[in-house]
Amino acid sequence: MRMELIQPFINAADAVLADSLQSPTSIGNFSMEEEGYRRRGVAALIAVSGDIEGRIIFDVDPKTAMRVASRMAGQELAESQELMCETVCELANQVIGNAITTLNDQGFHFRVHPPELHTSEHGDKSSEDTEALVMCIETCSGKVFMNVAMRYNSRRREERTAVAGQ
Amino acid sequence: MEQFAPVKRKDGQPVRYLVVDDSVFARNNLARMIESFGGQVAGEAGDGCTAITEYDRTSPDIVLMDITMPQMEGIEAAERIVRSHPNARIVMVSSVGYQDNIVAALQRGARHFVQKPVKPEVLYEVIKYVLGEDASVASAAGAGA
Repeated sequence: MRMELIQPFINAADAVLADSLQSPTSIGNFSMEEEGYRRRGVAALIAVSGDIEGRIIFDVDPKTAMRVASRMAGQELAESQELMCETVCELANQVIGNAITTLNDQGFHFRVHPPELHTSEHGDKSSEDTEALVMCIETCSGKVFMNVAMRYNSRRREERTAVAGQ
Repeated sequence: MEQFAPVKRKDGQPVRYLVVDDSVFARNNLARMIESFGGQVAGEAGDGCTAITEYDRTSPDIVLMDITMPQMEGIEAAERIVRSHPNARIVMVSSVGYQDNIVAALQRGARHFVQKPVKPEVLYEVIKYVLGEDASVASAAGAGA
């Protein structure tokens, strides 16, 4: 997977998490996922389609999700499964929305779909076309994992080039 | 959460908001900000279709509208509301803030755009700007009165 696709996600995760939690974050380990995706906690999946297609999974352990929810709300919130899921989905939505904004302004045209809870324990194994990069973001509330699998949609790009050339 | 000098309607009543977002978490956060501005949540919706019916039901002073939502997205909902209510004041609140999206929202009748994560002080300034002369801001000394 090309770095130009990944960098906006790293920047967005860093900026959104630091801003939402009012505390600096650091980007921890990166790894290419060779085995299939394995869920760690509460996970939200966001699909993208257009010039670039694929999906991003945001994965947070339940305790971290509650701490993040309370920090984002500015008050201690009572623990609930629904709140954990809502928090992870909204966090994913904000990080990915910000990354998509950067990529669109760079000339890639695609749309982001609403976040969905990812409940499977395992996901598809990545292929050469859609390698998955897993990154860990360390925050004051705990670790947040982001799993990005995307590829260029060459057919879309060719169609747009052809239209532009007419 | 920080308290702001209350923004009131010209008749002295609290500004009434319709909050549209498919995330309950995001709606709750916006509701807390609205409260800190001295406003009142008149209604909530989790998708564009419900937003249209809630607008008709509540006639809010201002709509805070997400873009990426199931069933009907925010830009289409904004367009439909403005078609029926040309004076509707709609502020798009979304994490997807690329230029084409902002232009599309403004062309279809939205008055402003705020990117998520929402900073209360930014939203407060946008609200004051969008309400313009239809609202007044209480002085800090009178905020608690």
